[in-house]
Parts: sequence; C-alpha cells; structure tokens
Amino acid sequence: MKEYKTITEISGPLVFAEVDEPVGYDEIVEIETPNGETKRGQILESEEGVVAIQVFEGTTGIDKNASVRFLGETMKMPVTEDLLGRVLDGSGRPIDGGPEIVPEEREDIVGAAINPYSREYPEEFIQTGVSGIDGMNTLVRGQKLPIFSGSGLPHNELALQVARQATVPEEAAEEGEDASEFAVIFGAMGITAEEANEFMEDFEQTGALERSVVFMNLADDPAVERTVTPRMALTTAEYLAFEKGYHVLVILTDITNYCEALREIGAAREEVPGRRGYPGYMYTDLAQLYERAGRIKGREGSVTQIPILTMPGDDDTHPIPDLTGYITEGQIMLDRGLNSQGVEPPIDVLPSLSRLMDDGIGEGLTREDHADVSDQMYAAYAEGEDLRDLVNIVGREALSERDNKYLDFAERFEEEFVDQGYDTNRSIAETLDIGWELLSTLPKTELNRVDEELIEQYYQDTDSEEAEEVAAD
Amino acid sequence: MSQAQEQETVREDGKIRSVSGPVVQAVDLDARMNDVVYVGDEGLMGEVIEIEGDITTIQVYEETSGVGPGEPVMNTGEPLTVDLGPGLLDSIYDGVQRPLDVLESKMDSAFLDRGVDAPGIELDKHWEFTPEVSAGDEVEPGDIVGTVEETVTIDHKVLVPPTFEGGEVTSVESGDFTVEETVVELDNGEEITMRQEWPVREARPSANKKTPREPLVSGQRILDGLFPIAKGGTAAIPGPFGSGKTVTQHSLAKFADADIIVYVGCGERGNEMTEVIDDFPDLEDPSTGNPLMARTSLIANTSNMPVAARESCVYTGITIAEYYRDMGYDVALMADSTSRWAEAMREISSRLEEMPGEEGYPAYLAARLSEFYERAGYFENINDTEGSISAIGAVSPPGGDFSEPVTQNTLRIVKTFWALDADLAERRHFPAINWNESYSLYQSQLDPWFQENVEQDWPEERQWAVDVLDEEGELQEIVQLVGKDALPEDQQLTLEVARYLREGYLQQNAFNPTDMYCPPAKTYAILTAIHKFNDEAFRALEAGVPVDEIADIEAAPRLNRIATQEDWEEYVAELKDTIETQLREKY
Repeated sequence: MKEYKTITEISGPLVFAEVDEPVGYDEIVEIETPNGETKRGQILESEEGVVAIQVFEGTTGIDKNASVRFLGETMKMPVTEDLLGRVLDGSGRPIDGGPEIVPEEREDIVGAAINPYSREYPEEFIQTGVSGIDGMNTLVRGQKLPIFSGSGLPHNELALQVARQATVPEEAAEEGEDASEFAVIFGAMGITAEEANEFMEDFEQTGALERSVVFMNLADDPAVERTVTPRMALTTAEYLAFEKGYHVLVILTDITNYCEALREIGAAREEVPGRRGYPGYMYTDLAQLYERAGRIKGREGSVTQIPILTMPGDDDTHPIPDLTGYITEGQIMLDRGLNSQGVEPPIDVLPSLSRLMDDGIGEGLTREDHADVSDQMYAAYAEGEDLRDLVNIVGREALSERDNKYLDFAERFEEEFVDQGYDTNRSIAETLDIGWELLSTLPKTELNRVDEELIEQYYQDTDSEEAEEVAAD
Repeated sequence: MSQAQEQETVREDGKIRSVSGPVVQAVDLDARMNDVVYVGDEGLMGEVIEIEGDITTIQVYEETSGVGPGEPVMNTGEPLTVDLGPGLLDSIYDGVQRPLDVLESKMDSAFLDRGVDAPGIELDKHWEFTPEVSAGDEVEPGDIVGTVEETVTIDHKVLVPPTFEGGEVTSVESGDFTVEETVVELDNGEEITMRQEWPVREARPSANKKTPREPLVSGQRILDGLFPIAKGGTAAIPGPFGSGKTVTQHSLAKFADADIIVYVGCGERGNEMTEVIDDFPDLEDPSTGNPLMARTSLIANTSNMPVAARESCVYTGITIAEYYRDMGYDVALMADSTSRWAEAMREISSRLEEMPGEEGYPAYLAARLSEFYERAGYFENINDTEGSISAIGAVSPPGGDFSEPVTQNTLRIVKTFWALDADLAERRHFPAINWNESYSLYQSQLDPWFQENVEQDWPEERQWAVDVLDEEGELQEIVQLVGKDALPEDQQLTLEVARYLREGYLQQNAFNPTDMYCPPAKTYAILTAIHKFNDEAFRALEAGVPVDEIADIEAAPRLNRIATQEDWEEYVAELKDTIETQLREKY
C-alpha cells in the first residue's frame, strides 16, 4: 500500500491530496498525523491527480506532512450476531471494554437499494402498548415511522417505551418463542452524554442491552462521523434481519444532528446550497437511510425504523422534517402544549399519521372495529379542537349541547386516551375499549364513520359509567 | 435496452477523469449529447449531459462507489431509448426500463446490484402474430400491420416504426414469433419486427392534436363531479406530505376508465410500489373485469435508487404511453412525484455547477416541465387512429407551500388542479382535495358528455353544490367568531346541508370495497338526494319548523351512508321519499 505525503489543502473536515494512481470514489483513507494518531476518511471526489477526502475524526492535528494511505475499498461494517449486547462508537469500534469483534462478514455500509419487486408489503401489526400509536397511528413491521419532536420534549421516553413494550400480539400468545428474535439497534448521532446515559441505564435496567447493538456518536464526537453512524447501524440491522432472521427495531436519534453534519460537509466543499443551506441532495441522502427499512420476500426478519428528529423552532416545514415526511411512512408528532398539560406521551394525533395503518389493522390483525373507531375519533377530536378556539371567544354557555359534547370528548380524549404514562402497557383491546367509552359520550347519530353493526355491538349506552376501570389503571 | 445490441455500434473508448457522486467526467470520448455510455470496469450505464472541449460529463444511472479515474468509458453511440413491443404491460421497470423481476433473478439478490443490464421486453418469448395486411398492400410509417394478444385486456398492435419509409408489403408471416423475428417485409428491404426502439427524450410523431371532449372517468366523486379531467388532459395534484397524493394517484390508476395505465413511481417509497405490485394483479379493472395489471405498466424508481435514473423515469413512462397512444388507445399516465424529478434535475445541475435559478432549480425547469406535459393530449395519430394520453402529476411542495417553483411552473401548464389540503387530511376528510382552491378548465368542454351519458341537469346540480359549499365557506368564517347558534335559521340550515355535501358526497373511502369506485350515475344520485333534502328542509323552514327539528329527522344522517350502499339506486329512491315524508309530517 502506497503512502503519500502530498496533502495540499486542509479546510474544515476536508483534506485535499495529490495522488499518482487512480483512487475510487467513496473509498476509505487512513491519515497518520505527525504525532502518530490515525484518522479515517472517505473519498468525496476523485480526480486524476487529486482527491478530496472527508475526515471522520476531524482534521485537528493534520498538517502537510501527514501521510495518507488509500485502503482500496469502500467503508465496511464488520457484522456478526455477537454484536448483540455491545456498545460501539460512531464508527463501529467497541467502546465497552469488551473483547475484539470477530466479524462473520464485512458489509458495505452504503447498502444497495432493495429491489421494490423483492419487497414484502408490511402488514404485521406491532403492539407498542401506546394508545396514541396503536389506536390512531398503528406501527407495522418493516415500517419507518419517525417521531417529530422539539427541543425539550420527551421523545426519548417515548422511544424507550416503544422499544421496551413492542410485541406482535399473536406471537406473545405462542409462548414467546419468537421473542428472542427481537433486536434493537440504537444509533445515536450527536446526542449529549446525559441523554446517552439515560438510554444506556434504561437498556441495562430492563435487560434490553442483551438484545441490542448500540452505536454512540456523542455531541462532542466529530460531526462528520455522524454521516457514517446511521449507515453502520442500518448495515448491522440489515444483516441481523435478512441474514439471521431477527425482527430489528432501529432507533436513530437525532436526525437533525445528522443533517447538520451533511450541511457542514456541503459548506466545506463549497457546494451550491439548497433550502436553508442544506445540500440539494439531502432528500436522496435521507432516503438512502430511511428506505433501508422493510421486509423482503422469503426472508424471516424485518427492519423497522423509528428515527427521532427535533424540529428547529417546532416548525414542521423546516427542510429536515419536511424531507423526512416525504420519505417516511407517516410521523408521530409530539406537541408542546400537551406536554405542558402533563399528557404523557404528548402525542398530537391530528398531524400524526401512519400510512401503513390501513393494511395492518382490522379483523384477524387487531380488531374489526379498529379502522372505524380511529376514523371517528379523529373526526370528533378535530371538531372538538376547532371548538376550543370558539370557546375562547364566546364562552361555553353560548355553544349548543352538541358542541359541548365534542368539547368534552376532546378533553377526555387527551386525558384518558392519549395520556397513559410511560410505564403503562395497554393491549390493543384496552386501547379500543377506551376509544368506545369516549365515543359513547357522543350521540349514536353522530358516529357516521362507524358501521351500524359495530355501533350496536360496542356502543355503551349511558348510565353504565361504572364499568370504566380500564382507564383508571 | 439490451447491452448485446448496443455493443455492435460502439464507437470510441474514453477514460474517466473524475468522479463525484452520480456525475462522472471522461476524457478522449467521442460522443454526442445524450448518448448512452457504459462507465468503468463494471460497465455502469450513464448518459452524456455536457461536452466541453475534450471533457465529457456523464450522469450515471447506478451507484458509483469505488469507481476511479483511469477506468474505461464506452460509448454506445445511441441516445437513451426504450424497447417497445408486446410485454410492456404487466411488468415493472426501473427508471431506465430494466425489468425489476428479471434483475432480481439475474442478480440473485433482493438488493439491486450494479452493472447488470436486461432488455426491456423479453427477447426470446414467442407471441402469436395475426397479420392485418397482406402481400401487395401499401403501408406507411405508423400503420398497423398486425396484432398480438398481449394480455387478456389488450390487443397489441404491431406498427410500422415511424422512422421507416414504408412501401409495398412483399411477405407476411403468421403464427408464433419472438419480438426480434421479422414478421412483415417491405419492397424497399425494410423488415418489420414486433419490437422497436425509441429515444425517450423525443416525442413520437403524431398527425394532429385535438380538443379533448370526453372525461377520464375516475370513479372519484369530487373529481368526476366537481373537477373532471378530460381524456388527453393534464392535471396536477400538489399537497404536503400525508395529504393523500399517493392514495389519490393509486385510486386513479385503479379506476380511471383508460385503456392503458402507465404508473411512474418517481423517487417515492419502496413499500408503496410493493403495494401496487401486490394489489394490482388481484384487483379487477372496473370496465373489463380483468386483472388491473393486464392494462398497467409500472415504473418504479424509488427514492433510494440512483438519482440520475429518477431524472429519466418520467421520460421512459411517457414514451411507453405514446407507443400505446399510437395504437389508438386512451392512456393515462400518473407521475408520482414530479417534484422528485425536478429535484433530480436540480441535484445533477448543481453537480455540474450550473448557474442556479429559483430555489436552486436549474433555469430550464419550466421548459422541461412544459415539454413533458405537452406530450399529453388527445391525438390524431399518423395512422389515422385516435388516441390520448392523460398526464396526472403529483407535486410535493416543500412545507406544503404552493408558491414554490415546481408547483407554480406546473400550474402554468396543466388545466386541472386538485389541491390537497393538510387541514382536511388531519381531520381524515379524504380525498383531502380542497374544493375552494381546486379547479378544472375542462368543465364546459365535458358537460355535453355528462349531459348525454348521465343526466341533462348535471351542470346545474354541480353548480348548486358549488354554490352551497361557497356559501358555507363564508359562513364558517362568521361561525368561527360568534358560534353557529348566532346565525339566522336559514343560514344554519345551509351549514347543515353543506355538512352532508362534505361528509356524504365529497368524502370517499378508498379502502371500502363499495365506496372506492363510484360510477358517475351514483355520484349524481348522491348529489340529488342531498339536493332533495335541501329543498324539503327549506320548505319546512318556511312553514315554521325550527331548524333543530329539521336537522334531527331520522333519515338525514342516512345521506352519509349512500356511498357505501351496493344497491344505491333503491336506497336513494327510498331515502328521498322518507326525507319528504318525515319533513312534511312536521307541518
């Protein structure tokens, strides 16, 4: 392997070097600084005679005398089932003091696109035990469903609750034989050490660590490394899912930090910036992460993604949530107002959405009334929300009896349906029963989205209010 | 396109000079603009997009990791073309017309590998050719020389390629042939096969464009009823994420009464395309009862597939559409989403360091969009048949803001605008098409058809609905301030009627087996039922019945259930009577 001492320019995270042999695009580079430190990087642009290298660990300490080695291969992730239970840094090196990882295979981290023809359509209901998700925005295996949050909102608690509680109901019944095949991959990008500890403590307490692989890129780790962390995590996820048959849940946090890193590199390369300075290829880049969720025909496992992103200024039209929403199969939206009311988790169901819900629910999957109940609750809650503005102006007394019922519904919906605490695990039947209890506060004739037979079966006629312990616990 | 074929015409080899993502520069390559080239040792497919001195810039349709300077570049000397012939239907392609099912077996993997090529149509499959000409006949370019039963629904017409001169038929075959075998020979030596090629960036010739006068019936009430599109028309569906662009496009692909559907999934989700692949073979075409796939050609270039192929996939789609138009078919093309296509242009443009236009999009964005939509229309073909292409493009404006360049440039061209609304979507009003913002410029052109085929007073009924909805819009603003009860009784009643229009007429459940497709006659019937309620209710109000009592009659909520009734004709007739009786009882 040839070594070069030909660095001509160092600029931000980029290093330019002269070469006398062709170097492949995207290939890995090792740079040794004069004080013996080795840093890794990747070819961003390869021209005859000169290459642009993006350095993962930051360019501090590199000078023109540093030596550059081209490894002649693109970035690989060493994968093996033994990764389960391990904690790695953002570039995939163990930081838990455990033994060296002996890889079974080394996989390209860029990952090829799944042929749409080979995909299996996701329609297996995952019970998260969270009513706001299960009842209104159902998650299915192989889906990518991000949490749109804001600074200071409890997205981590929600993500942890989902990671803890997620099961597939039928299998739970079958003596949990399949339960061992569930794995969690946690990819942290630029989160604070405190947040990281919160996750790690929860993983250790609940014993979840054994079936997890953790990738940690913390806030003070090099920003450029963040662009490889999710790819490492997803490569591991794909291996466990499609080679070893695990059902993998990937939690990526925080996508906003990832996008900031992309912007940093784009700026250093003097690219023409897109909206708000983010690179024009950010949609493609994010798609290459998110689209790695899914199921494949004839393979056991699945990759389900829950990316977390904090919307700058709680603005969902900001490029990061906007582009994400166009790629992912819905979103779970957290709301500051609900959070300050003490609703746990503060999921605002109205702007939330699960695109794969319709195929994952109903008879044989969840319950035959699921679709109608959630539709009706959406409509009723939206109506109640609208009326709140009006109440502020004219007061409650000025409203009709019907309007008052909707107002009450909206209130109880937040307090009893959405608010459940981070330790309550509700089955889908419980969730739907609470739904019926709330819908039963409205007159039957208002339930125009529910099938008449279902109304007969589930509608609770008034004066049976004592049978509501379900909501209490 | 087939690699084997191309190699015979290879002209000159060059060398890679630099690689940056999907953009590769080569030196010493003798190439023309838009020639297809094979890049690197692995032979990745690309297209020439800029020539400057000795340097040729190429956009590569595959991932370029590991490709380096010095590797060879091979020119095919031909522009990007599609293979046209029997076998296009019931298939699924990527953006450069490589069949995804063939790729799966060739690569032996569920993941898309690089450097694998496959012809767009099966070359060794035998089709039964039935000639429609005999020796001695004169044929001209575009003429039909025979037919092949391509699927249960569609007879594929074998055409004299538009590039041929035409002449006298000297020999005609009949029976089973592959697409490469000659089936008709002409006296000037031209040999006609069932397969032809056409460059994607060039429109196939036609004789004349005509004014479209027939609607593309979609089975969606708000579209057929309020904002119809013509066969040969153009439409845009802009909307923020989650507002139901894709569900609307899918509904159109399932139920539109076109002969052929070309569905282009451009930079969208993989699972969505899988849904189409899974669903369409099982779904029935409402006009023929055959599987939907039998009339459908899918192009799937999902968001994580190479960006350059995303740029080309809409062209691949419209070229296939034009080919079927030439056979005299009505084709509907759905492009979901044209914003991804525009972004692909922007991405390539910025890698070329071109001077950006508005919001970083290249200055030629408007020109490309209008070129594309102009390939739609109602055509008189060069073989004297008539065919149409209706183009329906989804637009994904960032942040749902319709003032952005792609939406604005699209609106300048298309004549139907279906504005999706996040607010409606949030309250699960689907399809979330905003009736105040949307429009169709085809209405007056299409009214005669609806009058003749559905009911004479179709335009009047529609106008009534539009007026009520407009009035509701204005009243709602007041209600927001003072509450509903502060309104006079007649206005309260208008709100009640408008509510039924919204819930019983405009809303349609794409997942309910009965409601997912609503024939125009049913659309009309629901509207008249609500109109009937309106008339009877106002008569009762005049007779002094309080508005609460009118609204509370038992029959009224049933207006919302007509949509899901299988035997709606009886239901509507009976409901109208009941409404009349129940309301007249009150005074």
